[in-house]
Amino acid sequence: MKRPQVKSWEYPRRVQDFPLGSTCDSDHLVSINAGWRTFRPVIDHDRCIDCLKCFLVCPDGAIDKSGPLLAVDYDFCKGCGICAHECPVKAIEMIKEVK
Amino acid sequence: MVKLNAKTLHNEEYFYGHKACGGCGESLALRHAMKVLGPDTFAALPAGCMAAVSFIYPNMAFTTNAMITPFAATGAVASGMAAGLEALGIEGTQTIGIAGDGGTADIGFQALSGAIDRNDDIIYLATDNEAYMNTGIQKSGLTPYGTRTTTSPAGKNLPGSIRQKKNMFEIVAAHGISYAATASVGYLEDFLMKMAKAKAVKGTSYIHVFVPCPTGWGYPAQQTVSLAKAAVDSGLWYLAEYEAGEFKLNRNPKSFTPAADYLLAQSRFKHLTPEDISRIEAQRDAKWEIMRRKWLG
Repeated sequence: MKRPQVKSWEYPRRVQDFPLGSTCDSDHLVSINAGWRTFRPVIDHDRCIDCLKCFLVCPDGAIDKSGPLLAVDYDFCKGCGICAHECPVKAIEMIKEVK
Repeated sequence: MVKLNAKTLHNEEYFYGHKACGGCGESLALRHAMKVLGPDTFAALPAGCMAAVSFIYPNMAFTTNAMITPFAATGAVASGMAAGLEALGIEGTQTIGIAGDGGTADIGFQALSGAIDRNDDIIYLATDNEAYMNTGIQKSGLTPYGTRTTTSPAGKNLPGSIRQKKNMFEIVAAHGISYAATASVGYLEDFLMKMAKAKAVKGTSYIHVFVPCPTGWGYPAQQTVSLAKAAVDSGLWYLAEYEAGEFKLNRNPKSFTPAADYLLAQSRFKHLTPEDISRIEAQRDAKWEIMRRKWLG
């Protein structure tokens, strides 16, 4: 998975702990978005024709195409379902999350 | 220029982990804009959804440099950033201002006009979801006729918003800008190609991208891309370019799909009567008549 990762972070406790200028660098994620999801996209790799439409249409960029098979970054997928809706061969199923 | 599509587009993300609503069309446009521009991009964003979802302390969804500007100052801040980079001798960078429809057509208009007038080497990306969504769906200058928003309620006397969208694309082109284009997240390859063109242009370029908003428009989140496509196919949005003083229609459909299919799929248009819809279609046909006559030559 080649996607930005969550970093550990401690909030500054005192005024003197704050740096001058920006507090943190860019690409600074401290929390995931997985809790937003009601439905989870699951790719059926046997049906997938590797057209990469899902990679293109994902507003969160959560579909990674670097590996041999497409992979969903479930830390940042919000379960909007655009990938499943746009898939030309219906190879993505939205499955209800069970808590 | 290499054709940009899902296969040729690289796998790196420069706008990631943001807190936009699921299915947000605006964040999809930003994601691809940043992918085309690359890691050496400096972004300026005014108050609006995209600033609100990216810079939630201590989260920072951009992997590049980015800052929040005063609401009215996107164009001016982007100009300043480009001037600063030039003064420091930092080369090979790209500066982009990213504002919504209100931040472009209403509040940030004079700063945008000034930037185009100076022909500063920046890209201005206007993400048009047809209302002020971040503050709770208020009507903007780019809200189309018949839209129900919180400040243009629909009822017995009025069908929601009673004005048509400002012709921002033509207004910008009238400045004699280096490059301007309209796009839609329903036609992503076209949008990617226009971003790449804007990146290559020296001087100011303006891209107006149409981005559905599931929260503000009232439709199921998975329809964002298909609805953006339906808007273009029904003729209620258009794909065009302005380059070297010439307008060009990128898509000139022989016939339009029914506007009602696109409109009635959204709760913001649910109240429209058949007469309202015919009025919208008449406005559409009048606009296309002008565009075809003037731009197809």
